[in-house]
This record gives sequence, structure tokens and C-alpha cells, in this order.
Amino acid sequence: MTSKTVMRIMVGFYILLFFGYLFGPLLLMGASAFNTSTFPQVAPWEGFTVKWFGALLANSAMVEGFWNSIWIGLGVICLAVPISLAAALMMTQVYEHVRPFYYTIVVSPVLIPGVILGLSTVVFWDKIGAMVEADFDTSWFYDGMFLTIVGQSTFISAYCMLIFLARLQRFDRNLEEAALDLGATNVQVFWKILIPFLRPAIFSAAVLAFLTSFENYNTTVFTIGSDSTLTTVLSGQIRLGTKPDVSALAVIIVAITLVGATVHEVIRRREMAREEAAREAARRAEMAIDMKLAATPAAAS
Amino acid sequence: MSDFIGIFLAVLLAILIAPHVQKHAGAILSGVTRINFVQRNGVLISTYLIVAVLTWTVVMIVLPQLYMMDYSFRHNLLPNDIGGPKDVHTLEHYRYLLFGRPGDVELMNWLHLKVFGRTILVSVLITLVDFALCYPIAYYMAQVAKGGKARLLVLCLILPFWVNEILRAFAFRILFGTGGVINVLLVGMGFVDEPIDFLKADVGLYAGLSYAYILLMIFPIYNAVESLDHNQVEAARDLGSPWWRIHYRVVMPHAKPGIASGCTMVFMLCAGALAAPQILGGPSSLWFTQIIYQWFNTGGNWPRGAAYAFVLLIICIVFVMAVMRVFNVRFGEIAK
Repeated sequence: MTSKTVMRIMVGFYILLFFGYLFGPLLLMGASAFNTSTFPQVAPWEGFTVKWFGALLANSAMVEGFWNSIWIGLGVICLAVPISLAAALMMTQVYEHVRPFYYTIVVSPVLIPGVILGLSTVVFWDKIGAMVEADFDTSWFYDGMFLTIVGQSTFISAYCMLIFLARLQRFDRNLEEAALDLGATNVQVFWKILIPFLRPAIFSAAVLAFLTSFENYNTTVFTIGSDSTLTTVLSGQIRLGTKPDVSALAVIIVAITLVGATVHEVIRRREMAREEAAREAARRAEMAIDMKLAATPAAAS
Repeated sequence: MSDFIGIFLAVLLAILIAPHVQKHAGAILSGVTRINFVQRNGVLISTYLIVAVLTWTVVMIVLPQLYMMDYSFRHNLLPNDIGGPKDVHTLEHYRYLLFGRPGDVELMNWLHLKVFGRTILVSVLITLVDFALCYPIAYYMAQVAKGGKARLLVLCLILPFWVNEILRAFAFRILFGTGGVINVLLVGMGFVDEPIDFLKADVGLYAGLSYAYILLMIFPIYNAVESLDHNQVEAARDLGSPWWRIHYRVVMPHAKPGIASGCTMVFMLCAGALAAPQILGGPSSLWFTQIIYQWFNTGGNWPRGAAYAFVLLIICIVFVMAVMRVFNVRFGEIAK
């Protein structure tokens, strides 16, 4: 046995351990959802059941939190995607010497801890509400859902902006110029050239915004106030001691996110492959034209 | 009173200016459209860009942070007293973090200071452990594994990342609880007589934290190492460099921005974690964010919560600056 084989076995073993560490806890949690024991555990195994999935639907706090999370996620998409698109476009146009400063500001929410974002959002809007003497029961400024959407969008917009920036790097500004020269208005250029080009990025940003919002806890727990989302309900129930219905919910969420992430990945890959094919075709056509041009004068002379 | 004067002046100003604005409306509009930015995007799109970006940067990012800072220097007042004579700046909350209540037996507020120190120290340690765990995997995926296998590994890494933070913590609770799998195994194999309370000893918390953010360490390093030309590694090997020196002198310097980025992200998320400490933390131990949360909820002292949050923010900024200095990278490279 050479030292190379030993090395390879060790590397393989390490990778196996690492992925065991990544997936092991999740698999155990999934398994505990099917155990009849009233405490979420795998050992001792008392028998197979699916009753915890039914118990989940009877858990009204969780169902309510689930719908709130869905609405908040949709709200975050509506707020964060337009904002991040504008911020990315601004990044390409802002003066060269202002750009580092601007970049620092818009990326800082990624690095600021979520609890601080949540706390500052609540405190700030509370002050605005007090300044305009808004009514506590009906006004937006004290509404948990509104504050959560705003607080989450603060940092989710930064993630989305990075997606748009990556896509914009490959944008050919000549397309815009050509359209303007041919008499298109700015608005037409925006809708007919820029937006279609950015469509895959918009799709990615929306998916990312929704998933990030759905699973966010740190910011939400401050902004949500007397309302609840799925994550705040979950954390409360887990801390108070649990039944395996939490595991059942985990199985469902993991299944949905796995399917979602895989579909997103496949679509993205296909999009990339299509673009690659288009670029290849363009290169071939260019080469053919070059060859024709090279051949023509030779034939004429 | 001062509000009325302000409003009065604003109205007066508007009445004085309005006719002029009306007279010159056309000229002002043409002046605006002559600005480069507006010329390029058109009035409508320009308005959208400026309104959206200002809303985000000013109303959502900068003002709340500045206001939180100001708020942390104010007394905890009843709504009626706000704006009144009692509403003055104070260092009360920062003093409380350092010295506790005036007249306490202890000189310093050791309870909170210890929690603070532990949070920072443990976060640094977890960052180091995660780096040690992730570097080999990232290097393997980026330089050794080929094509389809590398893509599969990347996909396998992304998947657990999408599982909710709370559920990941819950999974560790199942793993480490007194009736958890590890204890059942240990007792079953006769290593220990009684189940060990891992959660009380904070083992569950540390394991859960290092698990939760491990992917934010792998991906930046992976991206950075992937851009390294493998020929450089080959060349170093051909010239007789041992494997550890290849990593130390060739791969790591190249991956420096990725390493800096990964370390920053993991530290920030650890120090700012709330879900994992709440779910996995022992009953007697606290995380700094939990104290902030307590002041905000059960403690009912928002300004003090804001002061504690501001201290955490300062520490995070100091950490980012230190990483930038140590690794000699720019901010843009960290926050990619």
C-alpha cells in the first residue's frame, strides 16, 4: 500500500465524516417524527406512526404562524426585489469615488447582527409613530407584520442586490444605446431590454428573498410584536418542551426546501447551459463570417 | 412650541416660493433633465431609482441605526415624559453594563460582563474550529474533485443550509438531550452509567453553533481556492515543497479574501445568534443577545436593550476592522 492510497482513504474518510456531521442530525430529527413515543426521540424506537403529521394540523398556533410567515415572505419579495434592483442599477451609475462609500452602506446590513436590525427597526418606527401621533391599534408603525417586512427587507435587499450585480456585470450597455438611438424611450428600454435580461436574476432574488424571510428568526422575534410567525411559534414550543409534531413539521419543511432548492438549481443550470449554447452559436456565426470575408477578396483577385 | 414655529416658517417659505416655482416650472424641469443621470435613465426611471435607493439606505439602514444609538443614551421614560424636561441624554445604561445597579455589593456587573466575554470568546473559538474543519473540504472540492463530483458535493452542502435555523438547533437537542441518541449509545455501550446532561454543560450549544454557520465558512473559501491555477500547486510540489508549505505559502495567501470573508461571517452570526442559545443553552448560562432580548421583552427597558445592542454592534465593527487589518483585505472583498 503506497502512501498515496493511505492519503486517499484518509481524505475519503474525512469527507464521509463531514457529510455525516452535516446530515446526521437532520436525518435523526426526521426519523423522530415517525416514532410513536410522545417525546421527540429516536431511541428507544417504540413503533412507526404518522399521527404527528395530523397533530400538526390541530396545532392552531402553528397554522396561524405559518400563514403569517407566507404573507410576510410575499411582502418581503414586493419590497426587497424592487429596492435591490434599483440599488444595483445605482451601483453601476454612481460616481467612481462615491462607490466604495455607497457599497459599504448597502452591504453593511449583511454584517450587522439580525437582532440589532430588528431592535433598531422597532425603536425607529415607534418613534416615527409617536411623532405623527399615530393610533396605536390601527396604525402601521406598531403593526408586527409591517415592521417584520421592513426589518427583514433591510438585509434581504442586500442579498438580492448582490445577485443583480452579478448579472449586471454581463450586461452589454450597447443594447441600451442601440435602442435609444432607434427611438425607444427610457421606459421602453427599461421594460423591453433591461428587465428581460435580468429575468433569471429577478427569479433567483425572489426565491432567495422568500426563503430567507420564511426562515428568519433573529430579526423577526423583535419586530413581530404580539403577532407570530412560524419560526417564533416553533422556538416558543421547543423551549417549553416538545412533542414530535415539531419533528413532523421539520420533515415537511425540509422536504419542501429540498424540492425548492433542487428545482431552483436545475432551472439555473438550464439557463446557464442555454446561454452557453447561445454564446457558442454566436461565436460560430462570427467565425463563419470572418472566414467568408477572408475568402471573398481572395476570390475577387 | 418649537414645532409650531417650524411649521409656521415652512408654510411661510412655501407661500413665498410657490409663485416663483410655478413661473419657472418649465425651466426647472428642463434643468433637471439636463443632469447626466436623468438624461440617461429618463425622468420616470430616475425617480424610481432615487426613491427606492434613498428609502433603503436612509430610512431603512442609516436612520434606524443612528436613532438606536441616540436612544441608548436616554432614560427609560413613560410615554408621557418623552420630550419633557426629563428627556435628557445619559450614560446610565452603559454604566449599568459595567458596574450594575448603584449600591450593589459587587464593584462590577460581573454577571453581564462574563456573558459578554464568553459570547465573544466562544464566537472566536467556533470561528477557528469551523475554519479548521472547512478548509480541507473546501480545498478538496475546489482543487481535487473533478466535474460532476464537485458539483454534487456543492449541492449536498447547500441543502442543509436551507433548513431553518431553529430546526437545526432542535435537531441537536434530539441528538444531545438526556434521552438523546448520544446518551443512549454511551449508556448502551457501557461507557457511562448515567446519561450526561450535555445541554447543561453547553456542549450542545457549542456543537449547534459551529454546525449552524459552517457553510458560510466553506463557500467563500471554496470560491477563492477555486480560482487558483492548479499548476501553481503542481509547480510547488515539483520544486520539492512539502504539502503543508504548499498550503501555507501558495494556497492560503491566494484564498486570503475568502478566508477573511468566511471568518467574519461566522463570527458575526455566532455573536449575534439568538435561536441556538435559546434552544440549546443550559438553564444557567446566557448569550449576550439573550440579555438584549430580555431587556426588550420581559425587562421592559428598551433604551437599555438598545445600549447593549449598540455595544454588540461596536464589537462587530471592531472585529471586521481587525480582520481587514490582519488579512490586509478591503471591505468589498469581505462582503462579497
